[in-house]
Formats: sequence, structure tokens, C-alpha cells
Amino acid sequence: MKIKEIVKILDARVVCGEDQLEQTIDVAFASDLMSDVLTLKNDNVLLITGLANLQTIRTAEMSDISCIIFARNKKVSIELIELARENEMIVLECRFSVFKTCGLLFTAGVKPIF
Amino acid sequence: MDNQMQFEYNVEGGNFTRAGYASSQIKKILKQLNVDIAIIKRTVVAAYEAEVNVVAHAYSGTIYVDIDTEAVKIKLVDEGPGIPDIDQAMEEGYSTASSQVREMGFGAGMGLPNMKKNADKLEISSEVEKGTTVEITMFLNDKG
Ligand SMILES: Nc1ncnc2c1ncn2[C@@H]1O[C@H](COP(=O)(O)OP(=O)(O)O)[C@@H](O)[C@H]1O
Ligand SMILES: [Mg+2]
Repeated sequence: MKIKEIVKILDARVVCGEDQLEQTIDVAFASDLMSDVLTLKNDNVLLITGLANLQTIRTAEMSDISCIIFARNKKVSIELIELARENEMIVLECRFSVFKTCGLLFTAGVKPIF
Repeated sequence: MDNQMQFEYNVEGGNFTRAGYASSQIKKILKQLNVDIAIIKRTVVAAYEAEVNVVAHAYSGTIYVDIDTEAVKIKLVDEGPGIPDIDQAMEEGYSTASSQVREMGFGAGMGLPNMKKNADKLEISSEVEKGTTVEITMFLNDKG
């Protein structure tokens, strides 16, 4: 699915990566535990999380994850945005809970990893 | 690439703002050297969990990176409390992490087991009240 469709489904705010919304993702994974994210073997993963700190971006960087959704209105810091920009990531913010975010995307056809 | 390259990074215990900086640099270097992307991912995932462990569990540390045509070796030497029982620390779910570490998205006792899965070779030695040394080896050609 294209990121721009995800933005529409979630009525999300694009924090950075505005110019990359044509990119597609294959599967999605939701976790606040970065060690869990670091066990994933898949490419092209969309990460949905409520953990908005620099380690979220570092984890995505190491895992080759290029799109992150921060759910439940988690506000990201300037430092986080800068680090995400440096890594050419797409960062989205949405107001729904992690549960609802996942539900909406699952219903729209985004595939889980497991 | 040149026959051999070496890099060194300092790691500050407790400084979660900087945690991952060294692993990020390692990733950039390996990309520049055109190392296979699957190997890069395994390398930096292991390096990052190891770097986070120094930040989470030790006082300070140094990461020595050694790259030649055969292998990437990442050695993390820290000054810290050490690990009294390494076999126990390697068990999935074993953790002594503080709540601060858990708030950062770590502390589930998954780091060492995941390092073991990703590294071609993982060697750990530790002395209680002195510190810990973790060495990650990744083979660049056929697994040695
Ligand atoms: N560099 C280190 N110095 C001291 N203790 C460590 C170090 N690395 C790991 N440990 C110990 O091993 C445990 C397990 O590590 P790990 O599997 O990475 O899980 P976590 O870091 O989530 O606790 C830690 O909780 C800690 O007790
Ligand atoms: Mg750890």
C-alpha cells in the first residue's frame, strides 16, 4: 500500500518525508518495545508505535524501516524529526490509539508480519 | 576496499540521547563499502543492542571497529558492574534493566539473545565490578 493512502485512512499528519508519500510498504508491525522491532527480518515494514523518542528512530534506522506512525497524538521532538530527516524517513502522527490505527489499516488490507 | 580499516567510538553510560550513534556510523561505513545489505542489517542490529547495553548497564565504554576484506569485528569494552552469570544473562527474558531503560523501549531481556542470532560469532567476557567486553564478528564472504 502507498504511504499516501495510509495518510488518508488515518487522517494523519505528515511530520517529515512529505516528498516520499508515493513509496509503498509491504507489511506492518506495532510495538513499543524496540528490542522486539529489532528481531524483524522483513523489508519494507511500517512501524506503528506509541514510543516517541530518539531510540525509536535509531531502531528504525538499524532495521531499515523507513515509515513510522506515532499513534495517540504522541508529539515528536525537534531532535527526533531531525534524526528522521537525516535518515530520509517518513514520520506520521495520528490521533487514534495504536489499537484503532492497526484496526483501520488491517481492514484496509495492510498485512501483518506474523 | 583498503586491506584494513579501524574506527573507535566512545559511549557514555546513561546517555540515551546518543545511544545508537556509533552503530549508525558503522552502518554508514558498511554501506559505503558496498557490503551486502542483509549482512549490514544483521551487523548493525547486533551492534546497536550491544551499544544500548553499554548505555543501559555500564558507566562508559569504547567501541572498536575493525574491518578487513574477510570480516567486520566490533568490540565493545565497557567499565561497569560486569555480568556475574553470562549464561543467565543470555537467557531470553532475563533483565536487570531499570524503569528508565524500559521507557526507552529496551529492558525486555531480548538484546543478548538477538545479538547471538544475528552475529556470526559472539564472544562475551566479564569481570564483576570491572566491566564487560563483547565482541561481534561478521564474516563478509562465505561464513568462515
Ligand atoms: N554491558 C553490560 N554490562 C553489565 N551488564 C550487562 C551488560 N550487557 C548485558 N548485561 C546484563 O545482561 C542482562 C540481559 O541483557 P539483554 O539481553 O541485552 O537485555 P536487557 O538489556 O533488555 O536487560 C541485562 O539486563 C544486564 O543484567
Ligand atoms: Mg539489552
